[in-house]
Amino acid sequence: MSNWQKNPILTIEHMTMRFGGLVAVNDLSFDVGRKDITALIGPNGAGKTTVFNCITGFYKPTEGRLSMNRNSGQEYLLERMPDFEIAQKAGIARTFQNIRLFGGMTVLENLMVAQHNTLMDASLFTFGGIFGISSFKNAEKQAIENAKSWLERIDLIDRADDPAADLPYGAQRRLEIARAMCTEPEILCLDEPAAGLNPNESNQLNQLLHKIREEFGTSILLIEHDMSVVMEISDHVIVLDYGEKISDGTPDFVKNDPHVIAAYLGVEDEEIEAVEEEVKKEKSS
Amino acid sequence: MEYFLQQLINGVTLGSIYGLIAIGYTMVYGIIGMINFAHGDIFMVGSFIALMTIILLGITALTPAFILLAALLLVLVLTMVFTAVWGWTVERIAYRPLRGSFRLAPLITAIGMSIALQNFVQTSQGATNKPLQPLISGGIKVIEGIVSDRVFVVQLSYMQMIIIVTTLVLMAAFTALISKTSLGRSQRACEQDQKMAALLGVDVDRTISLTFVMGAALAAVAGLMFLLYYGVIDFYIGFLAGVKAFTAAVLGGIGSLPGAMLGGLLIGLIETFWSGYFSSEYKDVAAFSILVIVLIFMPSGLLGKPEVEKV
Repeated sequence: MSNWQKNPILTIEHMTMRFGGLVAVNDLSFDVGRKDITALIGPNGAGKTTVFNCITGFYKPTEGRLSMNRNSGQEYLLERMPDFEIAQKAGIARTFQNIRLFGGMTVLENLMVAQHNTLMDASLFTFGGIFGISSFKNAEKQAIENAKSWLERIDLIDRADDPAADLPYGAQRRLEIARAMCTEPEILCLDEPAAGLNPNESNQLNQLLHKIREEFGTSILLIEHDMSVVMEISDHVIVLDYGEKISDGTPDFVKNDPHVIAAYLGVEDEEIEAVEEEVKKEKSS
Repeated sequence: MEYFLQQLINGVTLGSIYGLIAIGYTMVYGIIGMINFAHGDIFMVGSFIALMTIILLGITALTPAFILLAALLLVLVLTMVFTAVWGWTVERIAYRPLRGSFRLAPLITAIGMSIALQNFVQTSQGATNKPLQPLISGGIKVIEGIVSDRVFVVQLSYMQMIIIVTTLVLMAAFTALISKTSLGRSQRACEQDQKMAALLGVDVDRTISLTFVMGAALAAVAGLMFLLYYGVIDFYIGFLAGVKAFTAAVLGGIGSLPGAMLGGLLIGLIETFWSGYFSSEYKDVAAFSILVIVLIFMPSGLLGKPEVEKV
Protein backbone atom coordinates (compact mmCIF):
# COMPACT_ATOMS: atom_id res chain seq x y z
CA MET A 1 0.00 0.00 0.00
CA SER A 2 1.35 3.37 -0.94
CA ASN A 3 2.19 6.18 1.44
CA TRP A 4 -0.70 8.42 0.35
CA GLN A 5 -3.24 5.74 1.22
CA LYS A 6 -1.60 4.80 4.51
CA ASN A 7 -0.73 8.22 5.78
CA PRO A 8 -2.59 11.02 4.01
CA ILE A 9 -2.09 14.61 5.13
CA LEU A 10 -4.86 15.91 2.90
CA THR A 11 -7.90 13.93 1.83
CA ILE A 12 -10.25 15.25 -0.81
CA GLU A 13 -13.55 13.48 -1.20
CA HIS A 14 -16.12 14.02 -3.92
CA MET A 15 -15.20 17.61 -4.57
CA THR A 16 -17.20 19.41 -7.24
CA MET A 17 -16.81 23.01 -8.27
CA ARG A 18 -19.40 24.62 -10.53
CA PHE A 19 -19.36 28.11 -11.97
CA GLY A 20 -22.95 28.58 -13.10
CA GLY A 21 -23.40 25.89 -15.70
CA LEU A 22 -19.72 25.14 -16.08
CA VAL A 23 -18.44 22.18 -14.12
CA ALA A 24 -14.75 22.91 -13.56
CA VAL A 25 -14.08 20.00 -11.24
CA ASN A 26 -16.39 17.00 -11.09
CA ASP A 27 -16.55 14.54 -8.20
CA LEU A 28 -12.84 14.49 -7.58
CA SER A 29 -11.31 12.42 -4.79
CA PHE A 30 -7.64 11.94 -4.01
CA ASP A 31 -5.18 11.73 -1.14
CA VAL A 32 -1.95 13.61 -0.62
CA GLY A 33 0.64 11.59 1.31
CA ARG A 34 2.49 13.06 4.25
CA LYS A 35 5.96 14.27 3.23
CA ASP A 36 5.35 13.21 -0.38
CA ILE A 37 5.86 15.36 -3.41
CA THR A 38 2.53 15.04 -5.18
CA ALA A 39 2.05 16.34 -8.71
CA LEU A 40 -1.24 17.37 -10.23
CA ILE A 41 -1.03 17.26 -14.00
CA GLY A 42 -3.36 17.47 -16.95
CA PRO A 43 -3.91 19.34 -20.21
CA ASN A 44 -4.80 23.03 -20.21
CA GLY A 45 -8.22 23.73 -18.73
CA ALA A 46 -8.33 20.43 -16.89
CA GLY A 47 -9.22 22.17 -13.61
CA LYS A 48 -5.88 21.91 -11.81
CA THR A 49 -5.76 25.50 -10.64
CA THR A 50 -9.41 25.29 -9.57
CA VAL A 51 -8.48 22.38 -7.30
CA PHE A 52 -5.74 24.55 -5.80
CA ASN A 53 -8.12 27.44 -5.36
CA CYS A 54 -10.55 25.23 -3.49
CA ILE A 55 -7.87 23.79 -1.23
CA THR A 56 -6.46 27.18 -0.29
CA GLY A 57 -9.82 28.85 0.28
CA PHE A 58 -9.71 31.07 -2.77
CA TYR A 59 -12.99 29.43 -3.83
CA LYS A 60 -15.47 27.50 -1.76
CA PRO A 61 -16.15 24.15 -3.46
CA THR A 62 -19.77 23.58 -4.45
CA GLU A 63 -19.73 20.09 -2.99
CA GLY A 64 -17.30 17.81 -1.24
CA ARG A 65 -15.15 17.42 1.81
CA LEU A 66 -11.57 18.52 2.15
CA SER A 67 -9.91 17.38 5.32
CA MET A 68 -6.47 18.33 6.44
CA ASN A 69 -4.75 16.07 8.97
CA ARG A 70 -1.99 18.05 10.56
CA ASN A 71 1.16 16.38 11.82
CA SER A 72 -0.09 17.06 15.35
CA GLY A 73 -3.10 14.85 14.60
CA GLN A 74 -5.58 17.73 14.51
CA GLU A 75 -8.11 17.61 11.71
CA TYR A 76 -9.46 20.64 9.85
CA LEU A 77 -12.28 20.75 7.33
CA LEU A 78 -11.06 23.28 4.80
CA GLU A 79 -14.37 23.92 3.05
CA ARG A 80 -15.72 25.38 6.28
CA MET A 81 -12.91 27.77 7.08
CA PRO A 82 -12.47 31.43 6.06
CA ASP A 83 -9.44 31.90 3.78
CA PHE A 84 -7.06 33.46 6.30
CA GLU A 85 -7.58 30.59 8.76
CA ILE A 86 -6.51 28.03 6.20
CA ALA A 87 -3.03 29.51 6.30
CA GLN A 88 -3.18 30.37 9.99
CA LYS A 89 -4.59 27.18 11.48
CA ALA A 90 -4.64 24.42 8.88
CA GLY A 91 -1.06 25.05 7.78
CA ILE A 92 -1.53 25.32 4.02
CA ALA A 93 0.39 27.80 1.91
CA ARG A 94 0.48 28.38 -1.81
CA THR A 95 2.11 30.23 -4.66
CA PHE A 96 0.51 31.45 -7.87
CA GLN A 97 1.06 30.78 -11.52
CA ASN A 98 1.28 34.54 -12.10
CA ILE A 99 3.46 35.70 -9.25
CA ARG A 100 1.64 37.65 -6.55
CA LEU A 101 4.29 39.28 -4.44
CA PHE A 102 3.69 42.56 -2.65
CA GLY A 103 5.66 44.45 -5.27
CA GLY A 104 5.80 47.76 -3.43
CA MET A 105 7.22 46.23 -0.26
CA THR A 106 10.80 45.16 0.22
CA VAL A 107 11.94 41.57 -0.17
CA LEU A 108 12.41 41.27 3.58
CA GLU A 109 9.00 42.79 4.33
CA ASN A 110 7.36 40.26 2.04
CA LEU A 111 8.72 37.52 4.26
CA MET A 112 7.75 39.45 7.41
CA VAL A 113 4.11 39.73 6.35
CA ALA A 114 3.99 35.96 6.15
CA GLN A 115 5.02 35.78 9.81
CA HIS A 116 2.25 38.18 10.73
CA ASN A 117 0.36 35.78 13.00
CA THR A 118 3.24 34.80 15.24
CA LEU A 119 4.14 38.48 15.54
CA MET A 120 0.59 39.63 16.22
CA ASP A 121 0.21 37.08 19.02
CA ALA A 122 3.54 38.02 20.53
CA SER A 123 2.78 41.73 20.40
CA LEU A 124 -0.84 41.69 21.64
CA PHE A 125 -2.09 43.09 18.33
CA THR A 126 0.81 45.53 18.10
CA PHE A 127 -0.26 47.49 21.19
CA GLY A 128 2.29 45.65 23.30
CA GLY A 129 4.87 46.53 20.69
CA ILE A 130 4.04 50.21 20.85
CA PHE A 131 4.74 50.27 24.56
CA GLY A 132 8.04 48.50 24.00
CA ILE A 133 7.33 45.19 25.69
CA SER A 134 10.48 43.12 25.32
CA SER A 135 8.82 39.86 24.26
CA PHE A 136 7.58 41.69 21.19
CA LYS A 137 11.01 42.97 20.33
CA ASN A 138 12.39 39.46 20.64
CA ALA A 139 9.64 38.06 18.46
CA GLU A 140 10.35 40.73 15.86
CA LYS A 141 14.06 39.95 16.01
CA GLN A 142 13.39 36.25 15.57
CA ALA A 143 11.10 36.91 12.64
CA ILE A 144 13.81 38.96 10.96
CA GLU A 145 16.35 36.18 11.64
CA ASN A 146 14.00 33.63 10.17
CA ALA A 147 13.36 35.80 7.11
CA LYS A 148 17.09 36.28 6.62
CA SER A 149 17.78 32.58 6.85
CA TRP A 150 15.24 32.10 4.06
CA LEU A 151 16.88 34.81 2.01
CA GLU A 152 20.15 32.94 2.33
CA ARG A 153 18.52 29.72 1.19
CA ILE A 154 17.16 31.41 -1.92
CA ASP A 155 20.30 33.49 -2.55
CA LEU A 156 18.63 36.87 -2.17
CA ILE A 157 20.24 38.11 1.03
CA ASP A 158 21.96 40.96 -0.85
CA ARG A 159 18.67 42.30 -2.11
CA ALA A 160 16.75 42.20 1.19
CA ASP A 161 15.89 45.90 1.10
CA ASP A 162 14.98 46.21 -2.58
CA PRO A 163 11.35 46.38 -3.65
CA ALA A 164 10.17 42.89 -4.55
CA ALA A 165 8.95 44.08 -7.96
CA ASP A 166 12.54 44.90 -8.99
CA LEU A 167 13.72 41.30 -8.75
CA PRO A 168 14.21 39.19 -11.88
CA TYR A 169 11.49 36.68 -12.65
CA GLY A 170 13.26 33.59 -11.37
CA ALA A 171 14.16 35.29 -8.10
CA GLN A 172 10.55 36.42 -7.65
CA ARG A 173 9.47 32.79 -7.97
CA ARG A 174 11.93 31.67 -5.31
CA LEU A 175 10.89 34.56 -3.07
CA GLU A 176 7.26 33.59 -3.41
CA ILE A 177 8.07 30.05 -2.31
CA ALA A 178 10.12 31.36 0.61
CA ARG A 179 7.26 33.63 1.59
CA ALA A 180 4.83 30.71 1.55
CA MET A 181 7.28 28.72 3.70
CA CYS A 182 7.48 31.56 6.25
CA THR A 183 3.88 30.82 7.27
CA GLU A 184 5.26 27.46 8.50
CA PRO A 185 2.94 25.31 6.41
CA GLU A 186 2.67 21.55 6.47
CA ILE A 187 1.54 21.48 2.85
CA LEU A 188 3.10 23.75 0.29
CA CYS A 189 0.99 24.12 -2.87
CA LEU A 190 2.94 25.31 -5.90
CA ASP A 191 1.11 26.34 -9.04
CA GLU A 192 3.46 25.80 -11.98
CA PRO A 193 6.62 26.78 -10.13
CA ALA A 194 8.86 26.15 -13.15
CA ALA A 195 6.78 28.02 -15.73
CA GLY A 196 8.80 30.60 -17.60
CA LEU A 197 12.09 29.70 -15.93
CA ASN A 198 15.25 29.12 -17.91
CA PRO A 199 17.04 25.77 -17.36
CA ASN A 200 19.42 27.30 -14.86
CA GLU A 201 16.64 28.87 -12.78
CA SER A 202 14.59 25.72 -13.05
CA ASN A 203 17.52 23.78 -11.66
CA GLN A 204 17.82 26.17 -8.70
CA LEU A 205 14.13 25.69 -8.09
CA ASN A 206 14.41 21.90 -7.98
CA GLN A 207 17.24 22.20 -5.48
CA LEU A 208 15.14 24.53 -3.35
CA LEU A 209 12.22 22.09 -3.32
CA HIS A 210 14.49 19.24 -2.30
CA LYS A 211 16.00 21.40 0.45
CA ILE A 212 12.54 22.26 1.75
CA ARG A 213 11.50 18.66 1.83
CA GLU A 214 14.64 17.43 3.55
CA GLU A 215 14.98 20.24 6.06
CA PHE A 216 11.35 20.83 7.00
CA GLY A 217 9.57 17.65 5.99
CA THR A 218 6.92 19.74 4.26
CA SER A 219 4.52 17.88 2.00
CA ILE A 220 4.49 19.44 -1.44
CA LEU A 221 1.59 19.51 -3.87
CA LEU A 222 2.43 20.95 -7.25
CA ILE A 223 0.93 21.66 -10.63
CA GLU A 224 3.48 21.31 -13.38
CA HIS A 225 3.56 21.07 -17.14
CA ASP A 226 7.15 20.06 -17.54
CA MET A 227 6.84 16.25 -17.59
CA SER A 228 10.52 15.63 -17.09
CA VAL A 229 10.38 17.58 -13.83
CA VAL A 230 7.23 15.82 -12.71
CA MET A 231 8.54 12.34 -13.42
CA GLU A 232 11.84 13.11 -11.76
CA ILE A 233 10.81 14.66 -8.47
CA SER A 234 7.34 13.41 -7.60
CA ASP A 235 6.34 10.38 -5.55
CA HIS A 236 2.71 10.47 -6.59
CA VAL A 237 1.01 11.80 -9.70
CA ILE A 238 -2.67 12.64 -10.19
CA VAL A 239 -3.92 13.31 -13.72
CA LEU A 240 -6.97 15.45 -14.41
CA ASP A 241 -8.82 15.93 -17.66
CA TYR A 242 -12.01 17.95 -18.09
CA GLY A 243 -12.33 18.27 -14.33
CA GLU A 244 -12.21 14.55 -13.67
CA LYS A 245 -9.49 12.29 -12.40
CA ILE A 246 -8.30 9.92 -15.08
CA SER A 247 -5.28 8.44 -13.40
CA ASP A 248 -3.68 8.30 -9.96
CA GLY A 249 -0.49 6.52 -8.94
CA THR A 250 3.27 6.45 -9.05
CA PRO A 251 4.98 8.30 -11.91
CA ASP A 252 5.73 5.00 -13.64
CA PHE A 253 2.15 3.84 -13.40
CA VAL A 254 0.81 7.12 -14.76
CA LYS A 255 3.34 7.31 -17.57
CA ASN A 256 2.05 4.06 -18.99
CA ASP A 257 -1.64 4.60 -18.35
CA PRO A 258 -3.41 4.62 -21.71
CA HIS A 259 -5.99 7.13 -20.47
CA VAL A 260 -3.22 9.59 -19.77
CA ILE A 261 -1.61 9.08 -23.11
CA ALA A 262 -4.97 9.49 -24.78
CA ALA A 263 -5.68 12.70 -22.92
CA TYR A 264 -2.34 14.17 -23.82
CA LEU A 265 -2.21 13.04 -27.40
CA GLY A 266 -5.90 13.64 -27.93
CA VAL A 267 -7.40 10.41 -29.26
CA GLU A 268 -11.04 9.38 -29.48
CA ASP A 269 -12.47 7.09 -26.81
CA GLU A 270 -12.56 4.12 -29.17
CA GLU A 271 -8.90 4.50 -29.92
CA ILE A 272 -7.90 4.10 -26.28
CA GLU A 273 -7.82 0.35 -26.64
CA ALA A 274 -5.52 0.63 -29.58
CA VAL A 275 -3.18 2.83 -27.62
CA GLU A 276 -3.35 0.39 -24.73
CA GLU A 277 -2.10 -2.39 -26.96
CA GLU A 278 0.66 -0.26 -28.33
CA VAL A 279 1.88 0.45 -24.81
CA LYS A 280 1.86 -3.24 -24.01
CA LYS A 281 3.90 -3.95 -27.10
CA GLU A 282 6.40 -1.29 -26.21
CA LYS A 283 6.82 -2.75 -22.72
CA SER A 284 7.43 -6.26 -23.97
CA SER A 285 9.95 -5.16 -26.55
CA MET B 1 7.55 90.34 7.15
CA GLU B 2 6.13 90.13 10.64
CA TYR B 3 2.68 89.81 9.19
CA PHE B 4 3.86 87.02 6.94
CA LEU B 5 5.37 85.12 9.86
CA GLN B 6 2.20 85.46 11.89
CA GLN B 7 0.14 84.11 9.01
CA LEU B 8 2.62 81.28 8.58
CA ILE B 9 2.15 80.24 12.21
CA ASN B 10 -1.63 80.42 11.89
CA GLY B 11 -1.55 78.50 8.62
CA VAL B 12 0.61 75.69 10.00
CA THR B 13 -1.76 75.32 12.95
CA LEU B 14 -4.81 75.07 10.75
CA GLY B 15 -2.94 72.80 8.35
CA SER B 16 -2.05 70.43 11.20
CA ILE B 17 -5.71 69.94 11.97
CA TYR B 18 -6.53 69.29 8.31
CA GLY B 19 -3.59 66.93 8.01
CA LEU B 20 -4.76 64.81 10.94
CA ILE B 21 -8.18 64.40 9.37
CA ALA B 22 -6.74 63.82 5.89
CA ILE B 23 -4.78 60.80 7.10
CA GLY B 24 -8.06 59.03 7.81
CA TYR B 25 -9.28 59.62 4.25
CA THR B 26 -6.07 58.56 2.63
CA MET B 27 -5.62 55.38 4.68
CA VAL B 28 -9.12 54.13 4.04
CA TYR B 29 -8.79 54.93 0.35
CA GLY B 30 -5.45 53.15 0.24
CA ILE B 31 -6.73 49.94 1.74
CA ILE B 32 -10.22 49.53 0.28
CA GLY B 33 -10.33 52.16 -2.45
CA MET B 34 -13.32 53.89 -0.95
CA ILE B 35 -13.89 57.52 0.00
CA ASN B 36 -15.20 57.51 3.54
CA PHE B 37 -17.44 60.58 3.42
CA ALA B 38 -18.50 60.01 7.01
CA HIS B 39 -14.95 60.71 8.18
CA GLY B 40 -15.54 64.43 8.58
CA ASP B 41 -18.47 63.63 10.83
CA ILE B 42 -16.35 61.25 12.86
CA PHE B 43 -14.15 64.30 13.43
CA MET B 44 -17.24 66.22 14.55
CA VAL B 45 -18.30 63.40 16.88
CA GLY B 46 -14.76 63.44 18.24
CA SER B 47 -14.97 67.13 19.08
CA PHE B 48 -18.31 66.58 20.86
CA ILE B 49 -16.87 63.69 22.85
CA ALA B 50 -13.93 65.93 23.75
CA LEU B 51 -16.29 68.69 24.91
CA MET B 52 -18.29 66.27 27.04
CA THR B 53 -15.17 64.80 28.60
CA ILE B 54 -13.85 68.27 29.43
CA ILE B 55 -17.13 69.22 31.09
CA LEU B 56 -17.42 65.91 32.93
CA LEU B 57 -13.89 66.16 34.27
CA GLY B 58 -14.67 69.72 35.36
CA ILE B 59 -11.71 71.29 33.63
CA THR B 60 -11.82 75.07 33.56
CA ALA B 61 -9.37 77.80 32.77
CA LEU B 62 -8.81 78.18 36.52
CA THR B 63 -7.32 74.71 36.88
CA PRO B 64 -3.59 74.97 37.70
CA ALA B 65 -1.38 74.63 34.63
CA PHE B 66 0.23 71.32 35.52
CA ILE B 67 -3.05 69.59 36.35
CA LEU B 68 -4.63 71.19 33.31
CA LEU B 69 -2.06 69.62 30.99
CA ALA B 70 -2.39 66.21 32.62
CA ALA B 71 -6.18 66.45 32.44
CA LEU B 72 -6.07 67.43 28.77
CA LEU B 73 -3.85 64.45 28.07
CA LEU B 74 -6.47 62.27 29.73
CA VAL B 75 -9.16 63.97 27.61
CA LEU B 76 -7.07 63.27 24.53
CA VAL B 77 -6.77 59.57 25.33
CA LEU B 78 -10.46 59.19 26.24
CA THR B 79 -11.58 61.06 23.12
CA MET B 80 -9.38 58.91 20.92
CA VAL B 81 -10.72 55.71 22.48
CA PHE B 82 -14.40 56.64 22.25
CA THR B 83 -14.18 58.11 18.77
CA ALA B 84 -12.27 55.01 17.64
CA VAL B 85 -15.23 52.94 18.81
CA TRP B 86 -17.47 55.13 16.64
CA GLY B 87 -15.18 54.65 13.66
CA TRP B 88 -15.12 50.91 14.18
CA THR B 89 -18.92 50.75 14.48
CA VAL B 90 -19.48 52.78 11.31
CA GLU B 91 -17.23 50.41 9.37
CA ARG B 92 -18.86 47.35 10.89
CA ILE B 93 -22.47 48.30 10.20
CA ALA B 94 -22.26 50.46 7.09
CA TYR B 95 -19.27 49.31 5.04
CA ARG B 96 -18.36 45.73 5.82
CA PRO B 97 -21.68 44.20 4.74
CA LEU B 98 -21.22 45.92 1.38
CA ARG B 99 -17.68 44.80 0.76
CA GLY B 100 -17.57 42.90 -2.51
CA SER B 101 -20.63 44.73 -3.73
CA PHE B 102 -20.29 47.20 -6.61
CA ARG B 103 -18.02 50.20 -6.12
CA LEU B 104 -20.64 52.87 -5.65
CA ALA B 105 -22.56 51.07 -2.90
CA PRO B 106 -20.19 51.87 -0.01
CA LEU B 107 -19.88 55.43 -1.32
CA ILE B 108 -23.63 55.91 -0.99
CA THR B 109 -23.75 54.40 2.50
CA ALA B 110 -20.84 56.66 3.44
CA ILE B 111 -22.90 59.71 2.49
CA GLY B 112 -25.87 58.23 4.32
CA MET B 113 -23.72 57.60 7.38
CA SER B 114 -22.49 61.18 7.24
CA ILE B 115 -26.03 62.55 7.25
CA ALA B 116 -27.08 60.09 9.95
CA LEU B 117 -24.22 61.13 12.24
CA GLN B 118 -24.95 64.83 11.73
CA ASN B 119 -28.61 64.39 12.49
CA PHE B 120 -27.96 62.15 15.44
CA VAL B 121 -25.72 64.77 17.03
CA GLN B 122 -28.16 67.53 16.08
CA THR B 123 -31.12 65.86 17.78
CA SER B 124 -29.24 64.52 20.78
CA GLN B 125 -27.09 67.58 21.46
CA GLY B 126 -29.20 70.35 20.01
CA ALA B 127 -28.54 72.49 16.99
CA THR B 128 -27.08 75.45 18.84
CA ASN B 129 -23.39 76.31 18.99
CA LYS B 130 -21.55 74.70 21.87
CA PRO B 131 -19.03 77.16 23.28
CA LEU B 132 -16.06 76.33 25.46
CA GLN B 133 -14.25 79.06 27.29
CA PRO B 134 -10.55 79.21 26.36
CA LEU B 135 -8.63 76.83 28.61
CA ILE B 136 -5.16 77.73 27.53
CA SER B 137 -4.37 81.36 26.98
CA GLY B 138 -1.21 83.33 26.51
CA GLY B 139 1.77 82.57 24.39
CA ILE B 140 5.24 83.65 23.56
CA LYS B 141 6.33 86.57 21.48
CA VAL B 142 8.51 85.34 18.66
CA ILE B 143 9.37 88.74 17.25
CA GLU B 144 8.68 92.15 18.64
CA GLY B 145 9.47 95.16 16.55
CA ILE B 146 8.42 98.57 15.41
CA VAL B 147 7.26 99.05 11.86
CA SER B 148 6.57 102.64 10.90
CA ASP B 149 5.84 103.78 14.44
CA ARG B 150 3.61 100.84 15.17
CA VAL B 151 4.53 98.08 17.61
CA PHE B 152 4.30 94.78 15.81
CA VAL B 153 4.25 91.45 17.58
CA VAL B 154 4.44 88.00 16.07
CA GLN B 155 2.84 85.71 18.56
CA LEU B 156 2.89 81.97 18.94
CA SER B 157 0.18 81.06 21.42
CA TYR B 158 0.59 78.09 23.74
CA MET B 159 -2.44 76.53 22.09
CA GLN B 160 -0.80 76.73 18.68
CA MET B 161 2.35 75.22 20.10
CA ILE B 162 0.36 72.35 21.60
CA ILE B 163 -1.42 71.72 18.30
CA ILE B 164 1.72 71.74 16.20
CA VAL B 165 3.75 69.63 18.63
CA THR B 166 0.98 67.07 19.15
CA THR B 167 0.49 66.75 15.42
CA LEU B 168 4.19 66.27 14.80
CA VAL B 169 4.47 63.63 17.54
CA LEU B 170 1.39 61.76 16.35
CA MET B 171 2.46 61.80 12.73
CA ALA B 172 5.91 60.51 13.63
CA ALA B 173 4.42 57.77 15.79
CA PHE B 174 1.97 56.92 13.08
CA THR B 175 4.59 56.73 10.35
CA ALA B 176 6.62 54.41 12.58
CA LEU B 177 3.55 52.27 13.18
CA ILE B 178 2.95 51.87 9.46
CA SER B 179 6.55 51.25 8.46
CA LYS B 180 7.93 49.26 11.38
CA THR B 181 5.27 47.13 13.01
CA SER B 182 3.60 43.92 11.99
CA LEU B 183 0.23 45.65 11.90
CA GLY B 184 1.55 48.30 9.52
CA ARG B 185 3.10 45.69 7.28
CA SER B 186 -0.08 43.68 7.05
CA GLN B 187 -1.93 46.90 6.30
CA ARG B 188 0.37 47.70 3.41
CA ALA B 189 0.08 44.11 2.24
CA CYS B 190 -3.72 44.40 2.24
CA GLU B 191 -3.41 47.61 0.25
CA GLN B 192 -1.57 45.77 -2.49
CA ASP B 193 -3.33 42.43 -2.63
CA GLN B 194 -6.03 41.56 -0.11
CA LYS B 195 -6.57 38.03 -1.30
CA MET B 196 -2.88 37.20 -1.16
CA ALA B 197 -2.59 38.71 2.31
CA ALA B 198 -5.46 36.49 3.44
CA LEU B 199 -3.71 33.44 2.01
CA LEU B 200 -0.69 34.29 4.15
CA GLY B 201 -2.90 34.25 7.23
CA VAL B 202 -3.62 37.96 7.58
CA ASP B 203 -7.15 38.60 8.83
CA VAL B 204 -8.12 41.19 6.22
CA ASP B 205 -11.39 42.22 7.87
CA ARG B 206 -9.64 42.92 11.12
CA THR B 207 -6.89 44.87 9.38
CA ILE B 208 -9.50 47.04 7.64
CA SER B 209 -11.32 47.59 10.93
CA LEU B 210 -8.09 48.68 12.56
CA THR B 211 -7.52 51.13 9.72
CA PHE B 212 -10.85 52.76 10.48
CA VAL B 213 -10.04 52.74 14.18
CA MET B 214 -6.72 54.50 13.61
CA GLY B 215 -8.24 57.03 11.23
CA ALA B 216 -10.99 57.81 13.73
CA ALA B 217 -8.49 58.16 16.58
CA LEU B 218 -6.50 60.73 14.60
CA ALA B 219 -9.72 62.56 13.64
CA ALA B 220 -10.57 62.63 17.35
CA VAL B 221 -7.29 64.39 18.07
CA ALA B 222 -8.15 66.91 15.36
CA GLY B 223 -11.60 67.32 16.94
CA LEU B 224 -10.13 68.10 20.34
CA MET B 225 -7.65 70.56 18.82
CA PHE B 226 -10.39 72.27 16.85
CA LEU B 227 -12.50 72.60 19.99
CA LEU B 228 -9.65 74.05 22.04
CA TYR B 229 -8.48 76.37 19.25
CA TYR B 230 -11.76 77.84 18.10
CA GLY B 231 -13.71 77.34 21.32
CA VAL B 232 -16.99 76.66 19.56
CA ILE B 233 -18.40 73.61 17.81
CA ASP B 234 -21.72 72.55 16.33
CA PHE B 235 -23.10 69.48 14.61
CA TYR B 236 -22.20 70.83 11.18
CA ILE B 237 -18.43 71.42 11.53
CA GLY B 238 -17.66 67.99 10.13
CA PHE B 239 -18.87 68.87 6.67
CA LEU B 240 -16.53 71.70 5.74
CA ALA B 241 -13.57 70.31 7.69
CA GLY B 242 -14.18 66.95 6.05
CA VAL B 243 -14.30 68.40 2.55
CA LYS B 244 -11.14 70.42 3.20
CA ALA B 245 -9.30 67.41 4.58
CA PHE B 246 -10.45 65.30 1.66
CA THR B 247 -9.15 68.01 -0.65
CA ALA B 248 -5.88 67.90 1.26
CA ALA B 249 -5.66 64.14 0.80
CA VAL B 250 -6.32 64.44 -2.94
CA LEU B 251 -3.89 67.33 -3.29
CA GLY B 252 -1.13 65.36 -1.60
CA GLY B 253 -1.94 62.25 -3.60
CA ILE B 254 -4.67 60.05 -2.18
CA GLY B 255 -3.34 56.83 -0.71
CA SER B 256 -0.06 58.42 0.32
CA LEU B 257 0.45 59.19 4.01
CA PRO B 258 3.14 61.89 3.69
CA GLY B 259 0.97 63.28 0.91
CA ALA B 260 -1.97 63.71 3.28
CA MET B 261 0.21 65.53 5.79
CA LEU B 262 1.71 67.78 3.14
CA GLY B 263 -1.68 68.39 1.53
CA GLY B 264 -3.22 69.35 4.88
CA LEU B 265 -0.42 71.78 5.55
CA LEU B 266 -0.73 73.35 2.10
CA ILE B 267 -4.50 73.77 2.30
CA GLY B 268 -4.13 75.36 5.74
CA LEU B 269 -1.45 77.74 4.49
CA ILE B 270 -3.29 78.71 1.30
CA GLU B 271 -6.45 79.45 3.26
CA THR B 272 -4.70 81.51 5.88
CA PHE B 273 -2.58 83.49 3.46
CA TRP B 274 -5.49 84.17 1.19
CA SER B 275 -7.63 85.47 4.01
CA GLY B 276 -4.64 87.35 5.39
CA TYR B 277 -3.68 89.15 2.19
CA PHE B 278 -6.81 89.19 0.07
CA SER B 279 -10.21 88.45 1.45
CA SER B 280 -11.41 85.92 3.95
CA GLU B 281 -14.69 85.42 2.12
CA TYR B 282 -12.95 83.77 -0.80
CA LYS B 283 -10.52 81.59 1.16
CA ASP B 284 -12.35 78.38 0.24
CA VAL B 285 -12.38 79.37 -3.41
CA ALA B 286 -8.63 79.85 -3.23
CA ALA B 287 -8.02 76.47 -1.63
CA PHE B 288 -10.18 74.60 -4.11
CA SER B 289 -8.77 76.51 -7.11
CA ILE B 290 -5.27 75.43 -6.16
CA LEU B 291 -6.57 71.88 -5.97
CA VAL B 292 -8.01 72.13 -9.48
CA ILE B 293 -4.80 73.59 -10.87
CA VAL B 294 -2.59 70.97 -9.22
CA LEU B 295 -4.82 68.13 -10.41
CA ILE B 296 -4.75 69.39 -14.00
CA PHE B 297 -0.98 69.18 -14.10
CA MET B 298 -0.45 66.32 -11.63
CA PRO B 299 -3.51 64.10 -11.77
CA SER B 300 -2.25 61.76 -9.06
CA GLY B 301 -1.53 64.58 -6.60
CA LEU B 302 1.76 65.90 -5.33
CA LEU B 303 3.17 62.72 -3.79
CA GLY B 304 0.79 60.14 -5.19
CA LYS B 305 1.99 57.33 -7.36
CA PRO B 306 0.38 57.12 -10.79
CA GLU B 307 -2.09 54.27 -10.90
CA VAL B 308 -0.56 51.20 -12.45
CA GLU B 309 -2.87 48.99 -14.41
CA LYS B 310 -2.99 45.59 -12.75
CA VAL B 311 -2.39 42.79 -15.20
